[in-house]
Formats: sequence, C-alpha cells, structure tokens
Amino acid sequence: MNKPVLRIPGAFIAVSWKTLNWWFQLIDFATIVAMETPAELEVEKVHVWRGDRHVLKGVSLTLRAGESLHVAGPNGAGKSTLLRVIAGLLRPEQGSVRWVGRSIRDTPLEFQAALVYASHEPALKGDLTALENLAIGVGLRREVGVPELRAALERTGVAACAELPARVLSAGQRRRVALARVLASSAPLWLLDEPFTNLDAAGVRLVTELIESHAGQGGLTAVVAHHDLKIGGSARRLDLH
Amino acid sequence: MSRVGAFAALRLVVVRELKLAFRRPDQLLQPLVFFLMVTTLFPLGLNLRLSLLREIGPGVLWVAALLASMLSLDALFRNDAEDGTLEQLALSGHGLTVIVVAKTLAHWLVSGAALVLVSPLVATALAIPVEAFPVMAASLTLGSLALSWLGAIGAGLTVGAKRGNVLLSLIVLPLAMPLLIFGAAAIDRVIGGGDASGPLYLLAALCTFATTLAPFAAAAALRITLE
Repeated sequence: MNKPVLRIPGAFIAVSWKTLNWWFQLIDFATIVAMETPAELEVEKVHVWRGDRHVLKGVSLTLRAGESLHVAGPNGAGKSTLLRVIAGLLRPEQGSVRWVGRSIRDTPLEFQAALVYASHEPALKGDLTALENLAIGVGLRREVGVPELRAALERTGVAACAELPARVLSAGQRRRVALARVLASSAPLWLLDEPFTNLDAAGVRLVTELIESHAGQGGLTAVVAHHDLKIGGSARRLDLH
Repeated sequence: MSRVGAFAALRLVVVRELKLAFRRPDQLLQPLVFFLMVTTLFPLGLNLRLSLLREIGPGVLWVAALLASMLSLDALFRNDAEDGTLEQLALSGHGLTVIVVAKTLAHWLVSGAALVLVSPLVATALAIPVEAFPVMAASLTLGSLALSWLGAIGAGLTVGAKRGNVLLSLIVLPLAMPLLIFGAAAIDRVIGGGDASGPLYLLAALCTFATTLAPFAAAAALRITLE
C-alpha cells in the first residue's frame, strides 16, 4: 500500500473541516448587524407579473412598530404574492421593499432574522413531533429552551400535542403549532398568510389576541385574510383588486 | 436575543435530517438494498467466472453505487418543498447556502457513507481482493461526496418540476462520469498491483471542486425554484 494514498483521507478531512469552520465564521461576522433603528417596513410601487397576468400593480404600503395591516381582496388578487414579496421569497419586477430604511436585497439575512412568515400551509414535518418541529423552526433563529417552546404550545392551546408526531394532528392543531412557532420566534415582523384556515371560533379569537398583543409590544403584523377581521389598536386595511 | 451562528444552524439541520431519515427506514434502506441486489446479481449472471468478475468488478461496483445514490437524490429538497418547510428554512436567517450544505451533508451520511460501509460485503461478492478495500473505500467516499454535491445542484433545479427524477438523472449522470472513470480506475489499478494515488488525487480534486462551488450553485437553483 502506498503511504500517500493512506494520508489522503485524513488530510482531506482536516483541510475541509478548517475551511468550513473559517467559512462559517466569515458568514457569522457578515450577518451580525446591530438593529437599533426603529422597526419600519416600506413597500414602494411593487409590480409583479405572473406570466401575462399583472398580479400586483404598483402596491405601496408602510408599516411601523405597533401597527397591524389586514391585506384583503378576492381570490387571485395577489394577497399571498404580496406577502411573499415582502418576505423576500419573490423578487418583484419593479419596486422595492425596505426594512429599517434599507433594501431587503442588500441585507437579506438581517431582514430574515427580523421576520417570521407563516404560509397558508402549516409547514411542519409529519415525522417530527410538534415540539421537535418548533425546536428546529425557532432554534434556527435564536437559542431557545424546551420550557419556552412548551409555553408557546400552551398559549396556542396544543400543549397536549407536544410529543405527538405532526402527521397525527388535526388540520386545526397543526395550524396552532404553526402559530406557536410564530409566537416563539420573537421576531418583530409577522407575515401571516390566512392564519384562520382550519381554526374554530376560539382559534380565530386566539389569533386576533396574539396579533393585538404583538402590536402592543411594538411588533408589526401583515395578515392576509379573505374575511373581515376585527383587530383592535392601530390596525389598517389594504384592499387588493 | 442571541442569534444562532451558522455552524450551530448547520448542526441543527443535519440532526433534523438524520432524525427524519431514521424515522423513515424504508427510504434509508432502499439505496442500500438496491446496491446489494445489483452487485449480487452480477456474479450469478456471469456463471461465477471469477477471472471475468475480477476484471469487471470495480466498474460494476461503481455503477451500482452511482445509481443507488441517485435513487435518494430526488427527495433531497422535494419533500421539504412540498410541505412548505423549505420556505421556513430559506427564511431562517442563515441563507440558503448553509441549508444546502447541511442537507447535502446529511444526505451523504445516510446514502454515500452507508454505501461505503457496506461496500466490503459487495466487494467480496464481486471477487475484489481484500488488499483493494482501503482504496475502494477511499474512492467511494470521495466519489459519493462529490456526487451528493452535484446531485444537490440537480435536485435544486428540478425540485419544482413534475417527474423531476428523470430530469435529475439526465443532469447529474453526465457530470458524474469523471467520478465513475477515476473511481473504477483506482480500484482497478490496485487490483493489478499498480499505484492508485493518481486517480485518487483526481477524485479528491473533483470532490474539493464540487464541495466548494456546488453549495452556491445549488442555493442559487433553489432560490429560483422558490420564486
């Protein structure tokens, strides 16, 4: 056996590991940005086309700390599209989205750390328990302990489901687990796409309360809902056509 | 609020992927069983002609390993894209590149590394001598890791496509040909008593090339798909 052959894997692993470590330190350094500026979201003249269809026609909005926005409109009006544009998942053909005065394209990771997006699907892994789903969803954003995650599940009324795989939960329970993820994330900006789907009357009240309490703590919420929404405080409505 | 570092995020996603893989043992075992079945069928089909088997053994082993790895590649991002968790990972504040690195490493651990572990069993069936096992393991390790990276680019591009697995094979297999050539050549050389370091160095170079560039390419592909 040739000695260089035996040395290859060891040297390769060592060099790869060091490079990887260095690379990640560089990413961490690049993303640590102080967030002292008051939270403010500005969407300016956003245009989005889907094929030949002009979905968003110059939508503009401003959302400040403590404000909630109800995005309303008929099916196909582009409500979810607007939320995806704000989240940075969809790049608009024209217009811009700014967070604390900076374009979200310039500082995407900083912006992502400040937002939590709940899509119309609960986005849970069926083979993981509710608690494990939360641990990964919240754990990627900040260091979080199990008691805090259990408290979030308790608040959304699914504490009893913590150890159950998400696939055995009902659609309403999955939605509540997704809401617990939003709650535990501690992000200032909430983007909620149809959060009332599959929820009972108590669940609808819970979501409204959570949005009001978030606004009370200086948080911002943009919520897409096709029916009327009664949120207290400084809630506004944006109708898309 | 203390932010989670990129390395900690990588560890979290790798653990998540491993948990998911071990809770679905059928998906975990499928490539391994395929690898074992294909390589066991060859000696039977060749009427146990040992000399012929020894000549084609390295090639058969590598082709089987390549196809077995391809089986699980399609699910790399597809499952997460379908249930919406990919969007959550993409918006976790760590960038898609970190997510791609974590998911691909976890995929390699449950597919590529598992193939390397069972390869001595397969090599015995293909009459590959024991002396060639270290080189075989090294070539499969480097080759399967490179293939996982190439596969991540293909999986990222095809995640939104219907019948994406056919397209994925068409994209990845041509790119994987150098891996097959050098991987089989390394084992061939050591069986013939030659020096295997040349092909192994080339495999290591290809693996390094894929490891350093593929995460960015796969993340770019995924970003397009998410839109």
